[in-house]
Amino acid sequence: MTRLLIAAGQHVTPEGIIDRYPNSYNHFVLPFVIGISFILVYLLIGLIRVLYHLTGEDRIKLLKSLFIPKTALKNLKDIFCDCLIHTKIWERKPLLGYMHSAIAFGWFMLIVLGHLEVALFAPRHLEGISEGSLYYPIFYRFFIWINPEHETLRGTVFFFLMDFFLLYVLSGIGLAMFKRVRSIALGMRHTTKPSLADRVALYCLWAIFPLRLLAESFTADLSGGSFLTKPVNWMFRAFFGNELNFMPTWWAYSICLGLFFLAMPFSRYMHILTEPLLILMRNAGLKVRKPRKGFAEAEIYACSSCGLCIDACPMNTQKKNLKYSSVYFIRFLRRHNNRKINEIADKCLMCGKCAAICPVGVNSPEIRRVQRETLNNSISYDYSYLDNIAEEKLTSEASAKGKVLYFAGCMSHLTPKIIKSVESLLKASGTEYEFMDKDSGICCGRPLMLAGKTEAARKTIQANKALIEASGCKTLLLSCPICLKVFKEEYGLKGIEILHYTQLVDKLVKEGKIAPQKGSVSMVYHDPCELGRGCGIYNEPRNVLSAIGDLKKAPKEKDESICCGYSLGSMTLEEKDRSKIAESSVDNLMAGNPECIVTACPMCYRAIRSKSPVPVKDFAEIVAENMKQ
Amino acid sequence: MIDFGFTVSPSSRINLDKCDKKSFSALAALEPDVLKCMACGSCSASCTAAHFEPTSVRRAILSLQNGQVEQALDLLKSCMLCGKCTMVCPRGINTRHLIISIQKIYGK
Repeated sequence: MTRLLIAAGQHVTPEGIIDRYPNSYNHFVLPFVIGISFILVYLLIGLIRVLYHLTGEDRIKLLKSLFIPKTALKNLKDIFCDCLIHTKIWERKPLLGYMHSAIAFGWFMLIVLGHLEVALFAPRHLEGISEGSLYYPIFYRFFIWINPEHETLRGTVFFFLMDFFLLYVLSGIGLAMFKRVRSIALGMRHTTKPSLADRVALYCLWAIFPLRLLAESFTADLSGGSFLTKPVNWMFRAFFGNELNFMPTWWAYSICLGLFFLAMPFSRYMHILTEPLLILMRNAGLKVRKPRKGFAEAEIYACSSCGLCIDACPMNTQKKNLKYSSVYFIRFLRRHNNRKINEIADKCLMCGKCAAICPVGVNSPEIRRVQRETLNNSISYDYSYLDNIAEEKLTSEASAKGKVLYFAGCMSHLTPKIIKSVESLLKASGTEYEFMDKDSGICCGRPLMLAGKTEAARKTIQANKALIEASGCKTLLLSCPICLKVFKEEYGLKGIEILHYTQLVDKLVKEGKIAPQKGSVSMVYHDPCELGRGCGIYNEPRNVLSAIGDLKKAPKEKDESICCGYSLGSMTLEEKDRSKIAESSVDNLMAGNPECIVTACPMCYRAIRSKSPVPVKDFAEIVAENMKQ
Repeated sequence: MIDFGFTVSPSSRINLDKCDKKSFSALAALEPDVLKCMACGSCSASCTAAHFEPTSVRRAILSLQNGQVEQALDLLKSCMLCGKCTMVCPRGINTRHLIISIQKIYGK
């Protein structure tokens, strides 16, 4: 030991901390330095690339958002909760959440505490690259010798914390290894197949922390340790006797770190560094404009490839469709595999479940939509007839002043029962209304948007908007969730309240304008994708339904509800695949043996009715049937 | 040639030998559904755009089979892809994607 300390002694701090090496350098840090330099340069270039591809307007928006206190606070909260603690995974699968937060938060704390330790005890080494600020805090324990007689309480607390967080990370790594063998134990039926770079990074990640434990244990009698490293140190000394054994371990530790950083940009672990950027951009309110550049690129690299979306995707009721999951879509986007990108983009039902449960919050349906745009936006169309209708109707229909304007939409016209029931409810409550598309209406534009024909959609949106604004209505009532989403997001109707009929009925019941009759019928409510995940309307229909009968819970409901399979979102999904999805959706609803299924979307209504063993009712229909006379 | 002040209208007879069969087989390869159509007309009856403009998937398919490409595209250009025809089709044809494919293959 004395031989190791000969070179030291030039720099003794009051606390008895001595640099064991001249210049605080040893060759073993090289792999780590190469790795970390590579990743830093890569990150810088990546950041410039992403910012370069944003539109000027978006860049200013992003910059401004950083200085708005409210957004800045939200940024901090989101980065802490999503990147470190992973609250979203905790909520759904606690064991998986523990695993991930152990690795992420534990590692983060090790880095922070390591730097803090250096800042307190050897601040000289944080002053610049030449002093080793890049690697010194990481390999602090290697470079120092602490005089046991000078050990302070402050130092001991750090030793304890470092060992504690190392144990925390190791427990996470242990779970991660177990997950590779039996993923279902952590709540995942399917996980993604790792690519080559993923594997390299994964095995390095697994090796980093056990090696760190070994390396720090070997030097624990020189540089201090706590409840974990000290006993391991004693044990190894009993086996090997010679302290010089620690050199290969520190080399291995450094090589693993370096390799991990070298493999990182090509692997799923890029999400660790990209997620904070994505959070900033999302909170600034940016939107995907190109499927592979700018904001989308941040989303693509932020995807952690965890595969939670595989189990969530309704298409995966059949195993052959696993490849259409969002995680693979993002992977192919990252690899620029155009043929597969387009195939997968067209298949998706756009139910939004993958985005709703994504721990990183990657909105892949939106990227898919923009991808469709690249192919379909240029298809020719001729909507000149819309102008004529607008002119005709503008003169004849300006009669809804201050009233409710009811827009049934294309799909409701296929289920006249819904329209009848909505009208009877409006009449019963004494609400004055005007029926906008009684005989003929213009499509809301959402189906065109979903098909990627955004420019064409703008035309129908304009035509409808002119009609609605000219009517002078104060409330726009819709019975189709597909319409609802586009009216809310794209129309920009100022001063007009946009309501789905479930919302209006809930309001009317609360105001006492209609009184539902409590019966004994047991029912279950199916959340339509566009209404629930699309517009966040979950409770209004449930409030009313529980006043009518015995509302049962489905195993998967609200933002986890299963798409009925007939969504307009999918361009190429075949009829027989859709029908399988409808079956699985109905199976989920029938779990509690309800006497009837209720939904609030004309398309879900048709789809579920075709598979359900019990009667299927529309929300308006069942309310209209169960009113106090 | 003497100018009589009028011309003879071009023949409206369809000569299937002169039709562009390549495009139709390309369409059928991409959308095998097009061969399933039994011309029931459910799509035309439910069409949103047909209230305003002559729009019909049934007639468009028929026209394509007859080689009347222009006519087929005219019948589809006003389509708003609302998807009602897909919902009502008794043969389960994915009409929305069929329309897009027709426009992509024939429209240039």
